Amino acid sequence: MKLSRSPWLIHYDCSSCNGCDIEVLASTMPRYDLERFGIINSGDPMHADILLTTGGCNAQNAPVLKQIYDQMPDPKVVVAVGTCACTGGIFKGCYNIQGGTDTVIPVDVYVTGCAARPQSIIDGVMQALAILDKKYEAYTEDPKEGI
Amino acid sequence: MMLSAIIGIGYILLAPLIGGMLDGMGRVVSARMQGRKGPSVLQPFWDLQKLMKKELVTVSRMQLIMIGSYTLFIILSGTLFFSGNDIMMCFFSLTTADMFLVVAASCTGSPFSTMGANRELIQMASYEPMLLLTGVGFYLADDTFRVSTIGTHEGLPAIVMLPGFFIGVVLILVIKLRKSPFDISTSHHAHQEMVKGTTTELSGPSLACYTIADWYEQVMLMGIIGIFFANNRWWSVVVALVCIVLVYFFEVLIDNTCARVKWQLMFKVAWGVTLVAAGTNLLLLQMIR
Amino acid sequence: MNLIPILILFPFLMAAILALVKDDKARGICVYIGSGVTMVLALAVSAWWLSHGQSDLLLFVETSLVDHLMIVGDLFLMCLVIYMSIKHKKYPIVLLSAVQTIGVLWVELFGGSVEETPHILVDRLSIILLLIVAIIGGLIVIYAVGYMRGYVHHHTEFADRRGFFFPMLFVFLGAMFGLVLSASMTWMYFFWEITSVCSFLLIGYTRTDEAVHNSFRALWMNLLGGLGYAVGIIWFAVTHHSFSLSAVVDAGKGGDMVAVACVALLSFAALTKSAQMPFSQWLLGAMVAPTPTSALLHSATMVKAGVYLLLRLAPALQNNWAGYMVAFIGGFTFFVASLLAISQSDAKKILAYSTISNLGLITACAGIGASETYWAAVFLIIFHAVSKSMLFQSVGAVEISTGSRDVETMHGLMLRMPKLAVVMVIGICGMFLAPFGMLVSKWAALKAFVDAGGLLGTLMPLFVCFGSATTCLYWSKWLCRLLVVDHIRTTKDLTGRNEYVSLFSHAAIMILLCLSFPTLSTNLVLPIVTELYGEVDPTITTGNLLFMVVLLFCVFVIPLLVFLVTRRSHPHPVMSYVAGINTGDSQHFVDSMGEEKEIETTSWYMEDWFGEKRLMFPSLAISSFIIVLCMILLLGGVVA
Repeated sequence: MKLSRSPWLIHYDCSSCNGCDIEVLASTMPRYDLERFGIINSGDPMHADILLTTGGCNAQNAPVLKQIYDQMPDPKVVVAVGTCACTGGIFKGCYNIQGGTDTVIPVDVYVTGCAARPQSIIDGVMQALAILDKKYEAYTEDPKEGI
Repeated sequence: MMLSAIIGIGYILLAPLIGGMLDGMGRVVSARMQGRKGPSVLQPFWDLQKLMKKELVTVSRMQLIMIGSYTLFIILSGTLFFSGNDIMMCFFSLTTADMFLVVAASCTGSPFSTMGANRELIQMASYEPMLLLTGVGFYLADDTFRVSTIGTHEGLPAIVMLPGFFIGVVLILVIKLRKSPFDISTSHHAHQEMVKGTTTELSGPSLACYTIADWYEQVMLMGIIGIFFANNRWWSVVVALVCIVLVYFFEVLIDNTCARVKWQLMFKVAWGVTLVAAGTNLLLLQMIR
Repeated sequence: MNLIPILILFPFLMAAILALVKDDKARGICVYIGSGVTMVLALAVSAWWLSHGQSDLLLFVETSLVDHLMIVGDLFLMCLVIYMSIKHKKYPIVLLSAVQTIGVLWVELFGGSVEETPHILVDRLSIILLLIVAIIGGLIVIYAVGYMRGYVHHHTEFADRRGFFFPMLFVFLGAMFGLVLSASMTWMYFFWEITSVCSFLLIGYTRTDEAVHNSFRALWMNLLGGLGYAVGIIWFAVTHHSFSLSAVVDAGKGGDMVAVACVALLSFAALTKSAQMPFSQWLLGAMVAPTPTSALLHSATMVKAGVYLLLRLAPALQNNWAGYMVAFIGGFTFFVASLLAISQSDAKKILAYSTISNLGLITACAGIGASETYWAAVFLIIFHAVSKSMLFQSVGAVEISTGSRDVETMHGLMLRMPKLAVVMVIGICGMFLAPFGMLVSKWAALKAFVDAGGLLGTLMPLFVCFGSATTCLYWSKWLCRLLVVDHIRTTKDLTGRNEYVSLFSHAAIMILLCLSFPTLSTNLVLPIVTELYGEVDPTITTGNLLFMVVLLFCVFVIPLLVFLVTRRSHPHPVMSYVAGINTGDSQHFVDSMGEEKEIETTSWYMEDWFGEKRLMFPSLAISSFIIVLCMILLLGGVVA
């Protein structure tokens, strides 16, 4: 039995324009029926396995993102959704933007698009599941290691 | 005696399976009601095994102790029920179990789970009268508090005497099974003002513990529905099982057709229905006695 | 044989001695000795009663000297009340006191020939009450020594009146002994009045305006009850030529309408003393007094006197309007007081409402007057006395250490003052949680109420079921506050050693009582019921009782077990989830101004729903209406 049969999400909006947020929510709505993969949008880091981030990071939200990430139990994966979350997008280089999600926490899957389409978000999450299983193997070998 | 012991042990062994299956079927039916395919019926078990495998993170150790005690007390109450003991004792033990849950939720001092605990307390106050009155109703109908006798008494099933009580129990089941609109202390839907209410600070194995307790509790509650229909005929068990399925379907339907409410309305509705349905039924029973 | 007068008189003697002792240390020693001797005496009386084969002992038939002394005592009490009332310009109270005292004296002196009956009755019920008064009361007095030292130290704004306070406590104990041992209504009336006046004096301890106001409220309510008592005595003596309590009960049981009316009047007195619904305010007002007073009034003495009298009357309350009145008022009070308790955050106020509520349940049991309810009532009295006294004392101790008795300030007490918190948790669990005694009794009461049948058999179970739910709500709120384990505040434990002696003894007694529940039931309480009602089936079977004891073990063992199992696991500690804005620990977060703030979590009080403002007036109105209605029906029954 694999961990990936029951991946629960948490979505954190760093400083997105809300475009990607709406797409993330849209993809968890009944229309795309993510629950058929056992995916639930849990909204609580301590329950979640997959962290979806949208928007670029800045000084205000970086510590929050870090904290939420730390509160998630191992093994866990991070999916950066949308161009801003991947690299900082059109805000890259602005005085008030630090960059993409990977400037704060390690990112496993990058989903591009402005805004990212639900189909690609779902695809990204499905790729993250494979990584989740791999991470679990590593975790069982050495829990202390962390990932 | 022997039979009760076997049923009791059967409950301990099988209740998580049955509860998980019920949960899974509920999710599938729910998905179909919304025009989706939904997960596999076995999805709750996948969830459970995942939770068991995950790392245990915790805010305070006290919470672990309390959640563990909650689970064991739920199992104890259910076992008492299915081994045919005094129904009031089962309810009291259930209340004690809920106390452990409330303490577990509030002992971390975390705002979301404390809020959940407060709401859980309101929920308890809302359904408790009905739960206790159910015991009273069975006592009036069958002249005993013992589940084993209630479930195998002679004559018509208890529902004939206790329709008001049945309506009340179905209503409080919405609260107990944590279905909307009365899921105000925790919620299985995301993006609520409460995050996850009482379970916010649980993770991995401790959440798994909570889930198992939930399943045990569901089976026990379904057992209460069952004894409304059971008597000493063998086929009454079949009738009871069918009715349990219907009631569960009804609860899922309510979950999908009603939006969430505030605690004030829940409190009013729960007490109102208890008073009107069960109260009237009680009065009539006392009058014809 | 001669132990009984000694038992009753010894506390009065101690009071006299203590009134003379001025030195603080010497007073402390005197109090220790006094309460120790009181306890020993009570135990000796019980042992003596045991050695007489546990039968009902009726004593002291010829007592004209004592009767005359009591008349003098009655007059003295009347003069005292009149003096205090005139001093504080509360003139109606003068009338209340004078009318009843003179009435009783008139019937005693000129009421014609009254047959001489025994004045003292020692049976199981009085022995149980005797032990409660002596042990719980004695422990409270011991606790008071340490508490009052701290109280005087902290409250310099009030005069140090300990020289008055301790004698009063002992007078109270003495009066209670007299009350529970009296078989004659006039004797009981005398002790009844002593407790009324005593509580009045104790409540007014601080002499603030509020204290004076509240003490007079307690006085007039209790005197009103006393008036009912007096009228009952006079009426019965005139018509039946007897002062014996058992004569009233027997006549009432036989269906004599006059006797039933007298029983109703006596029950009315008991309702006021037990602070049942229209008369609950005085007990709430009693909170202004120092904690030992509240503990004494609420647990072992005052309010127990009322329900004790009701239990004595219980056989005559079965299936008549007097019984309906008592049962309805009791059930109603149980429910309403538990609702009102939800909105309170002052710990003492919660305790007060819980006392009223639980006494309501006992009252209701007595009002139904069946064998099962009697059984439940006796157990409720025992467990309530222990739990309540324990809770009051621990709240008092917390107040001394933290300076507040608000439940919210007890946040995380488990870490701050673990010893006190454990005692408090045991007390709270004892009040409502599954395997503890109170709940078992409630369970038995519920069953008996259902058996009562008819309209009462519908109303009472509803009261009990709804009331249990709300009881659960207010206690668990409190419990949750205590068991929060974050490390925000720290407090120095200022509780004295003598206070701990009392607290831990209470906790030990509580647990022992719970464990020995089945034994207590078969050996002590069932015989009382059997004696009154003939052979009865135990309401809660011994099997179920044993199971409850097992459950009690579970409550302690299961968490311990889980603790041992999880001890070896090394959970990864994280901060609590506060949307990711904690600042380094679970107790602080960044507010919207970017500054660090402490997280404060509180319980809900739902003032708009269960507040006194909303519920008090309707409940007073309903309960008054019921009392008046039943009284009219009863008097109408006599006239017709």
